[in-house]
Amino acid sequence: MSPCAVMVYFECRDGRVKGPSLETLGEARRLSEALGGGVGVVALGPGARAVGALASGAAQLFVDESEIHQSFHLIEAARAITAARRASEAKVVLLAATSVGRELAAAVAADLGTCVAADVTELWVKDGSLNVRRPVHAGKAFLTARFRRFPAVVTLRPNVFMKDSSGDPPRHVEKLDFPGGETGARVVKTLEPEIAKVDLVEADVIVSGGRGLKGPENFSILESLARALGGAVGASRAVCDAGWRPHSDQVGQTGKTVSPRLYIACGISGAIQHLAGMSSSKNIVAINKDSNAPIFQVADYGIVGDLFEVVPALESAIRKLK
Amino acid sequence: MKIHVCLKRVPHTATKIRLSAAEGGAPSKSIQTQGVEFAISPHDEIALAEALKLKEKAGQGEVIAVSLGPDEAQTILRTALAIGADSAIHVKANMPTGLELDGFQVATVLAGVFRTRPFDLLLFGRLAADDQSAQVGVLTARLLGIPVVADVTKAEIVAGSLHLHHPVDGRVEVVECRLPAAFTAQKGLAEAPYPSIKQIMAAKKKTIEVLSVDPPEPVLEVLGLEPPPSRKPGRIVGEGPSAVPELIRLLREEAKVL
Repeated sequence: MSPCAVMVYFECRDGRVKGPSLETLGEARRLSEALGGGVGVVALGPGARAVGALASGAAQLFVDESEIHQSFHLIEAARAITAARRASEAKVVLLAATSVGRELAAAVAADLGTCVAADVTELWVKDGSLNVRRPVHAGKAFLTARFRRFPAVVTLRPNVFMKDSSGDPPRHVEKLDFPGGETGARVVKTLEPEIAKVDLVEADVIVSGGRGLKGPENFSILESLARALGGAVGASRAVCDAGWRPHSDQVGQTGKTVSPRLYIACGISGAIQHLAGMSSSKNIVAINKDSNAPIFQVADYGIVGDLFEVVPALESAIRKLK
Repeated sequence: MKIHVCLKRVPHTATKIRLSAAEGGAPSKSIQTQGVEFAISPHDEIALAEALKLKEKAGQGEVIAVSLGPDEAQTILRTALAIGADSAIHVKANMPTGLELDGFQVATVLAGVFRTRPFDLLLFGRLAADDQSAQVGVLTARLLGIPVVADVTKAEIVAGSLHLHHPVDGRVEVVECRLPAAFTAQKGLAEAPYPSIKQIMAAKKKTIEVLSVDPPEPVLEVLGLEPPPSRKPGRIVGEGPSAVPELIRLLREEAKVL
């Protein structure tokens, strides 16, 4: 078995691989050519073998179908990724920069005695070393850095890299031995949400609301627009701090930094911390009463008006398209 | 209950970031700090507030604020003392001024500090508002070989063991941890109290322990800092609901997102 240049962690949810992991695989294929070698994929939990078969273009698949990976067990998952890395001799471990991916990357880095380059938006090989570009200060600046040694651990920002579904599934499948042993941490209970939600950083479309919504009950019109678009609902810091929305919905420097294909800001004036968190979105629409609101400076398309009139009109127009 | 809380001094999040000019056209590697207001990184402050809450619930214990950074890091340690930390440790890395340590260096230095100082809990913020790597908490804990949970939204002691609420894909997984353990604080966990003038004055009189350490070699070499790519200028499509058909047309034909 020839060694791999890049190892990709395939993050699964409910037996399906996440979109950002497919983007990561796409980028891994490009990167592995520059490094000279194939791509390995590691998938964990019951059904990992079936999910891993979706890793088009990968040479090797490593699986650990142990029941323990049904819940997120950080130490066990990191050890499995580290074992796959060792077996494949990969120089780079790539994970999607989801909440779980970022946490896992740090644990893998500890096992490998290295550093994580987190939430990377661009990576390339120059003179044999791996270079990365990543946002800092929530996108108020971009940092370029070089790994001085391998192995490197990198998380890739969702919605930035291209998927590539061409090619065959991995030819070689290797079962990882679950090491077992006491790690001092166990998931003892899972609390299910009332409504299943997509993590904002993974969402393709985000409809976000601010103080202009006037109260928590009015977010239903944003929920409805988001449903019509197949997207998620975000919020400004002001409304999260006021308790109108959960903190997990907050977009901005102290919340989440997002890059969806479409970001619709409703009743958000655009404080600097908020703009930092969303201005790398591909397309930005702003709906606000105040034509001088800073949000219009980053928006591609703006509508000046009462969101309580514009948002329902937008929703019905979108529903008519389908 | 002995709790160490790691705090980072960062530019206030309302700061407009300006890059410092580099010599001879070389890329900038740092931000301008003149006139910039610094503060405890917001999630680190939540970790501190949670540490104080856990100590209070336990009925006894000690909260030690720790900051790795330049001499100015002592100002945030004074703030932490005023908020309620019992003592403070300033960790100074022996290195040229102006350089930033990478996450591996920071975690290695912190792990070295804690290896010789027994504790029950090690707390961090979810991520630092400046670098935003979200790695030092998990990395430090795993270098120490202790269990760690990131992005914790609730921490409680249930029948003598630590239960941490960890959001995963919209669900919450409750993780039971053996002590000593570490976790990183997410928003919503706790709110830092405002210190009184009396507390601020008292904090000025406390001594801060200073440790001087040699960091390991960096893994990541900073090549440069740039401003974010500028967006192409946008436009106001129109006013009120009558602008919606034109917006739909632009999203379909120009942006191609519908």
